[in-house]
Amino acid sequence: MAQHMSILGASPIRKEGRAKVLGAAKYIDDLSLPGMWHGVTVRSSIARGRIRSITFDPSIDWSQYTIVRAADIPGENTIVHLTKDHPCLAAEAINHPFEPILLLAHPDKAALLAAVAAIHIDYDELPGVFTIEESEAAVTSGSTEKIIWPGSDAGGTANCFKQYLMYTGDAEETEAGLAAAFAQADFIVEGEYSTGAQEQLYIEPNGVIAECFRDTDGNIESVCVRGSMQCPYYLVHALTLVFNLPQEKCRVIQVETGGAFGGKEDFPSVIGSHAALLAMKSGHPVKIIYDRAEDMAATTKRHPSRIRHRTAVSKDGKLLAGEIEVAIDGGAYATLSPVVLSRATIHAPGPYKWPHLRVRAKAMATNVPPHGAFRGFGAPQSLFGLERHMDKIAHTIGLTPEELRRRNFLATGDKTATGQPLIEHVDMQHLLTRGLAESNYHAKLARFAEENKTSPIKRGVGFATFMHGTGFTGSGERRLDSLVHLDITPQGRPNILVSSTEFGQGTNTILCQVAAETLQLPYEDILIERPDTSIVPNSGPTVASRTAMIVGKLVERASLQILDTLRKSEGLPTPHTREDFITAAHCYHLKHGALRASVRYEPPAPIFWDDEKYRGDAYPGYAWAVYVAEVAVDTRTYMATCTRFDALQEVGRVMHPVLAKGQIEGGVAQGIGYALYEKCVWQNGRMMNNQMTNYIMPTSADLPDIHVHFEEVPSIHGPGGAKGIGELPMDGPAPAILNAIENALGIAFNTIPLLPEDIFERLTSINGGTEDLDSTIDLDTQTEVPA
Amino acid sequence: MHSNVLDYALTAPATLEAALHLLASEPGQHIPIAGGTELMVALGAGRLTPKSLISIQHLRELRFITVDETHIHIGSGTTFTDIRRNPDIARDLPLLIQSASWTGSIANQNRGTLGGNICNASPAADTPPALLAYNATVTLVSINGPRTLPYTDFHLGYKRTVLRSDELLHTITIPRAFTGYRQYIRKVGTRNAQAISKIALAALAQLDDNTITDIRLGAASLTDRPTRCTATERALIHQPINEATIKAARGALASETHTIDDIRSTARYRATVAGNLLEEFLRSLTV
Repeated sequence: MAQHMSILGASPIRKEGRAKVLGAAKYIDDLSLPGMWHGVTVRSSIARGRIRSITFDPSIDWSQYTIVRAADIPGENTIVHLTKDHPCLAAEAINHPFEPILLLAHPDKAALLAAVAAIHIDYDELPGVFTIEESEAAVTSGSTEKIIWPGSDAGGTANCFKQYLMYTGDAEETEAGLAAAFAQADFIVEGEYSTGAQEQLYIEPNGVIAECFRDTDGNIESVCVRGSMQCPYYLVHALTLVFNLPQEKCRVIQVETGGAFGGKEDFPSVIGSHAALLAMKSGHPVKIIYDRAEDMAATTKRHPSRIRHRTAVSKDGKLLAGEIEVAIDGGAYATLSPVVLSRATIHAPGPYKWPHLRVRAKAMATNVPPHGAFRGFGAPQSLFGLERHMDKIAHTIGLTPEELRRRNFLATGDKTATGQPLIEHVDMQHLLTRGLAESNYHAKLARFAEENKTSPIKRGVGFATFMHGTGFTGSGERRLDSLVHLDITPQGRPNILVSSTEFGQGTNTILCQVAAETLQLPYEDILIERPDTSIVPNSGPTVASRTAMIVGKLVERASLQILDTLRKSEGLPTPHTREDFITAAHCYHLKHGALRASVRYEPPAPIFWDDEKYRGDAYPGYAWAVYVAEVAVDTRTYMATCTRFDALQEVGRVMHPVLAKGQIEGGVAQGIGYALYEKCVWQNGRMMNNQMTNYIMPTSADLPDIHVHFEEVPSIHGPGGAKGIGELPMDGPAPAILNAIENALGIAFNTIPLLPEDIFERLTSINGGTEDLDSTIDLDTQTEVPA
Repeated sequence: MHSNVLDYALTAPATLEAALHLLASEPGQHIPIAGGTELMVALGAGRLTPKSLISIQHLRELRFITVDETHIHIGSGTTFTDIRRNPDIARDLPLLIQSASWTGSIANQNRGTLGGNICNASPAADTPPALLAYNATVTLVSINGPRTLPYTDFHLGYKRTVLRSDELLHTITIPRAFTGYRQYIRKVGTRNAQAISKIALAALAQLDDNTITDIRLGAASLTDRPTRCTATERALIHQPINEATIKAARGALASETHTIDDIRSTARYRATVAGNLLEEFLRSLTV
């Protein structure tokens, strides 16, 4: 038998693919437990205020229902993230629309609807703040009336969840360098860039089933929550506080999960705690499943942002100094905003050399449902600002966008803005050359310029160059202290035990590939345990493009440890066959019992990070990319369409080419939606278009051919040289597309989503436009239909 | 789901006659449901107030496409898929095929009916602009017999029609009289598929040399109902196609445009794009 299988880099079928294709996979709403009841959440109808009274209409027989309110919570009334500002149920203060106030359960799901309608909540309403600007204004004006969040012991101040101040060097020296550079610069280029909220739109809405167990004295002994989620141990943590139970008494099981994109990172802690409280009080298992409208209105979205740049540039196109101000809208509670802001801060300088740079970042409180994790996690916002600004600088000083970037790219041996030396190979020059060649950029630039003179459809090309850090920031991976078990069954089958979850992106498959490759066994032999916190160790959350690189490396190390054990203990030969391995495993079990390798995270190379100064090795590794967009803008309908997309990235070794390509295509599609289609329409903190009819996600009929290209440079940090890939494709499309639109129309748009109505307003107001309407008719006011 | 299905009654009469009797016996108490692609969305959102539904989806009497020498007759229960697959409609009424093809999803097209699309009376509906341009007539039935009227007279206002509570739409009849006409249709939706129109325009024109001898324009979302653009037609009939005519036509269209701001778009955008589509059509006639 040939011993070198090289399953890493092949594309085996997905571990759970068969069950999904056959419809056999069971999602949370497919499951039912004996005696199970159904739960629902009663939510606030106002954005901010105090609950004055809650009245239960006597037309309903309330004795049939279980009703949970804040006072019923046995532990702390909090959904713990980094601080404890976020209540599990609002007791008195209301801080956003759709805030949970009461929970109801009933054996019959249909009986819940009328009950919710029969609960009347009166409020003393308070004025809300709904934008970053309103939140800032309340702070600067000193108006206490609109201070909606008091501050925290985790670095928060009034209306501001977190601030960061990041310098390229010592603070005083950098300030002096900035002042000198701006004084001497040939050009100073300023710009402001804004991004909107975005809904994750996983196919399966949030849902859980919870159980609560009591001892013979009736005391709460333990809780168990099954559900659709990314991070089972986050929910365990939340439950320990809500129920005042030790970690081992809070069991969480991830069931088949229909997409997540970050939207099931922090939110399952809310719905999971709610269902467990209803189970506690009703004495029955309780299922809560949100429908699409509730999921869109009440759960997390991507943070809206405002990015300001002020850049000193020499006439030969060297970045001399920069000031970047990042502001994100965190919603009503801190949740993960400080972490999102951290990634936005660290990615704000992009893949460029900055002699002197200051990044000031803040996350502001508003009275909208808390914003949360979404693929990219802050980086898409700051990279949108940066990559639009790079084109602005190029146009201002008279260089091409390509040449400006080439003169400022980081390269191997350089230090990033946080002072991290780039030890591993980086070649943005080559990536840009290849990316532009793959997309035929230069020829299109010339051809479109000619064709646009006469065509009503204006075409353009644009690109973005960027990077995305993989794994947790700075010392984050060390703090996580991830643990992985690898069991070998008596039959010689490896079984991977991790809390890393599969939600469509390929966790099961790639981790099994790593084990198969390292153990030199067939992929089909590898098993992976369902994430159940009573069985699997905490291998960290399934977020931050960390699973392939960090957890994959742990699986690789565990596999090596198993081989080492079997070689020493059972004389497993090198190389070995599958039969050798099975025999060795069998013998080991007979002699010693269970065979398990457990490995904890250790950085493959030293990582230094200073959380105070925000200096050092921000990430173990980076994925690097050049994304090129081609667009067509129809001047009759003002619709911008992305007509071709080329995504070139260096992500280390590609573990599974089919899944990797799928990840990139999906991320680019999401990025196109972010840029051109997906707009959350807000009214007093309430999402008005919380349905897929009016929240416009692009369909296959709106998406172009997406050409995915990989450059493979193995990294020391991941298994077989792999790095992270999940979030990267979300970062590049929006700036590349808006750069292309500027190329097509000669108009700079700096806000996304960019809808046809926005293009229409600019084309008709700035240029006069092509319209020739009767000027006697005021179309702004004519909204009524005359007889 | 924001409605309790147990609150609703559904009756499925065996015949059209039985359905009409039921509608007549308890006037205003029932609402007919065919494919349900609109009413089920309303049900899911908790917005369906009538509690008694009469299913007409299964009534074979309403699902037909017949062709005679002068007309194509389409039963109100004909689905979008039926329309898309019919060779006579494909030959004679390409604008109807086109508009049926961009209605909702394939699943919607398999259930949704032409009659439902008309009677739901949304100003943004997909097929009405083509039917208006094609000079369709509609035949309504009740236990007192049928009545036939021009489709242009059917819509009275936002979601209001001449259909009485005891009536059903039975047949949509379209003359086979458009050989040699230049035909145009364009929908501007929120995206390229599964989208509701922001604005749409269907147009037919007959030319003698460079002069318009017949013109028919139907639009979606231009006013509070599907609209036949008669003022614009008057501005164009017997005119040569030139810059002055195009300008006059745009002015006339603006005079009968009453667009609104809503969650999908703005009044200004809709009005301007309607003019742009008209101009695109007129310029295409000179090619």
